[in-house]
Amino acid sequence: MSLAQHLPALQVVLPLISAPLAVLLRHGGVAFLLVTAGAWAAFAAAVALWLQVDLLPAGGVLTYHIGNWAPPWGIEYRVDRLTSFVLVLVSGTAALVLTYGHASIEREIARASHYLYYAMFALCLAGLLGITITGDAFNVFVFLEISSLATYVLIALGRDRRALTASYRYLILGTIGATFFVIGVGFLYLLTGTLNIADMGARLRDVENPRAVLAALAFLTVGISLKLALFPLHQWLPNAYTHAPSTVTAFLAATATKVSVYVLIRFYFGVFGESLVFQRLPLPEIMLGLSLLALFAANLIAVFQDNLKRMFAYSSVGQIGYITLGLSFDSVHGLTASIVHLFNHGVAKAAIFLLIGGLVLGIGRPGAPPPVPTFKHLAGLARRMPLTCLGIVLAGLSLIGVPGTGGFISKWYLVLAAMEQRQYWLVGAILLSSLLAVAYVWRFVEAAYFRPVPGDGGVVREAPLVMLIPAWILVAASIWFGLDTSLTVGSALDAAQSLLRSGT
Amino acid sequence: MNPILACLLLPLLGALGMALATRAPDMRETLTLAAAGALFACVLRMLDPVLAGQQPELVLLEPLPGLAIAFRVEPLGMLFGLIASGLWIVTSVYSIGYMRGNAERHQTRFYVCFALSLAATLAIAFAANLLTLFLFYEVLTLVTYPLVTHAGTHQARMGGRTYLALLLGTSMLFLLPAVVYVWHVAGTTDFRAGGILPAGMGREGIAVLLALFVFGTGKAALMPFHRWLPAAMVAPTPVSALLHAVAVVKAGVFTIVKVVLYVFGLEALRGATEWLVAIAGFTVVAASFVALYADNLKRRLAYSTVSQLSYVILATALLAPLSVVAAALHIAAHALGKITLFFAAGSIYTAAHKTEVSQLDGIGRRMPWTMAAFGIGTLSMIGLPPTVGFVSKWYLVSGAMGQQAWLALGVLLISTLLNAGYFLPIVWRAFFRPLSAEALARPHGEAPLPIVLALCATAAGTLALFFFPELPLQLARQLVPA
Repeated sequence: MSLAQHLPALQVVLPLISAPLAVLLRHGGVAFLLVTAGAWAAFAAAVALWLQVDLLPAGGVLTYHIGNWAPPWGIEYRVDRLTSFVLVLVSGTAALVLTYGHASIEREIARASHYLYYAMFALCLAGLLGITITGDAFNVFVFLEISSLATYVLIALGRDRRALTASYRYLILGTIGATFFVIGVGFLYLLTGTLNIADMGARLRDVENPRAVLAALAFLTVGISLKLALFPLHQWLPNAYTHAPSTVTAFLAATATKVSVYVLIRFYFGVFGESLVFQRLPLPEIMLGLSLLALFAANLIAVFQDNLKRMFAYSSVGQIGYITLGLSFDSVHGLTASIVHLFNHGVAKAAIFLLIGGLVLGIGRPGAPPPVPTFKHLAGLARRMPLTCLGIVLAGLSLIGVPGTGGFISKWYLVLAAMEQRQYWLVGAILLSSLLAVAYVWRFVEAAYFRPVPGDGGVVREAPLVMLIPAWILVAASIWFGLDTSLTVGSALDAAQSLLRSGT
Repeated sequence: MNPILACLLLPLLGALGMALATRAPDMRETLTLAAAGALFACVLRMLDPVLAGQQPELVLLEPLPGLAIAFRVEPLGMLFGLIASGLWIVTSVYSIGYMRGNAERHQTRFYVCFALSLAATLAIAFAANLLTLFLFYEVLTLVTYPLVTHAGTHQARMGGRTYLALLLGTSMLFLLPAVVYVWHVAGTTDFRAGGILPAGMGREGIAVLLALFVFGTGKAALMPFHRWLPAAMVAPTPVSALLHAVAVVKAGVFTIVKVVLYVFGLEALRGATEWLVAIAGFTVVAASFVALYADNLKRRLAYSTVSQLSYVILATALLAPLSVVAAALHIAAHALGKITLFFAAGSIYTAAHKTEVSQLDGIGRRMPWTMAAFGIGTLSMIGLPPTVGFVSKWYLVSGAMGQQAWLALGVLLISTLLNAGYFLPIVWRAFFRPLSAEALARPHGEAPLPIVLALCATAAGTLALFFFPELPLQLARQLVPA
């Protein structure tokens, strides 16, 4: 058998192996090389899978049977358009963040635990990739726990002692979420006698006990919503993002919540079928209401934050509102908006948090613990860190949804989906909420570009190139995917169409 | 090379060169002039094909399936492109005098952003569909923001806030949904003669969509979304002159004319524009009254611009072929006249450091060239011969009479009187009042040569187009069926 056939397994195994190796070798530098190589290899595998899926006819699925056990008994890995799209996003971000992170890690994490950081990063990456690629519901839970446990450690590695409480809070809420998730899967297993997601969906249609199905749906929805930080289940996110090391924040913001959205889409459209989710329950209305709350409440809170990381963390909660709003429309364009925004927002937010990492490095003093990036530090910073500040502004434009950036494409499809359903008031709400993004991005602009440099500013240097280049690749991507969308919209439309087709 | 692509790339390359030449101001300013000259030549190259009825095209990228970033040069875009690129040359000469004369800081950023604004303006002029137009409309807002806030003071920051909030706010809340709606119902956003909207949309639907477009185009400064224009006057004068008398505001009214002609079509709008005539008429008169009481010269000019922009909207909303010709002509006429007035205001500021109308007693004797040019610009604003303002007003009045639009005629009459009321006293003051004691204590002469050259050139243009209006007329006439 050739290597190409084993790509789905390699996708997860490569980063997974690098974790124990990093622990065994107990050396920060070697661990960095190993894990970064593993992440780039995973990225290469994701791109190769993408190309393989591209060759299949529309709606085609690539399947891989672990240990040659045929599904539904064995674990099956399934790669379709949506899967490979998310795989590319997750592994690509990981590779860039790891490459970038070296200098920032030196400053933000104690030297003795560097190798642990890399090991945990690799585990987290492997977990997220596993969740995405597996076609087995229980396997999703296993990978969810792997990635979550690794995430708790990563957050706790932050130098600020508040990172510990942030991590603890996330641990409690994340565990509740995972428990709810596994209870939901348990219900489904009882009803259908299978754990294979595709098989589950096929068998669930003949199940006569709607109340048990609804219970399963409820548990899964709440469990996954906790992980994806749907307002008001987002309580863990702002602290976690604020106090975690910058590289961890960048990686989590781009991937963790996005993979949870992916799981939600998989279960809603693949298992329950839209008929149940969207017609027998007021779920779209609930989703719509919560999304709108997220758009306005979270974005508004973001405007009034003093800590830059916390501001963009709340912005993430708001932006997740756009993604779930798209789901609630239950239409091709709505789902397209969700999938495209999942990608575009991931790219822009990763860029912003990476640049903030550089900013923290630039304003900090050598030897001292990393400073908290508040607006006080930003005064006149654009003159001293021009590339970093310009990058944050450009990626911020994508958060606003200015045309020519990725965010605009998502907004376009959201507005289109709302118009198709003649919900004109929603069009107004979507656009009004994006003005809130203008408010917080421009707070940054005014602070960095207009306030005079304070007298005791100290020495501030531009971030090193090795950090700027990966961050600027993401900034460039967030603009490029607003101009040429054959990759993003092409696959999102394709995926949305096949998801809705399989549901009916 | 595709001539449109060349037109878009030239200012960008110029901007890049200027950014690299930070340390060599002479080199940087030579580059500005070179880019401006080359750009004008490039636009001019497309004039003959357009006059002959051809429309050069360019398709760049396809950000949404079936919706490309595409360009096509039609007569109105050609006219706008010619004005913007031609006046960039003059403004560049002027800027050199002004920025050096006032020892402004961050000059490289200024020239780079200026070039970028021009690229965005030309992209708007040549846009082939609503998506492209909207894209560069927003780009223009963002690249002019650093120019508006150039001074970096508290006042500049506040002005920048108003500028951004009104322009981004209106375009996001109203213009974007209008564009998406057109795509939703028509399946295309291409500009086509006669319109693209499907039949049977209902008069109310059409009126609502038109309202979204005209209020969404905040750059057209229709009341109540006009406040950004006076706020933007904190910018250095060359910015006020080229961007806020020509490029940015004209991009606004240009968008409205283009949408009316090529998205709705004149026929589809029949009977759905009375309210627009009324609002535009109100803006014309109300802004003139504000101007009448403004003592700050640039503020007075800004409100005059608000008023004059609504002439174009009014002319378009009348829907008569003659008034559409007037709208296109007035874009050109107002551009030349108003840039002259702003140049003069900047000239006075540079030479005498005066900003208020009440300080201008007797200044005409010290700055004869500046104030003579100012006088010519004034005549054009009022619509008196021998200036080009008379030509466009003539067509506007003829169009309104043909439609028997008495309200519009009344507005034109009142506004002509008001224009005379707030501009002629300045000229009179400058030439016939004695110098104040304070001014006598501080002698000064004319502004630096580049400034005087530039404002004489635009004043001469204002006169020349009265005697030779063939070219803009020919382009404007192509817009409506004979």
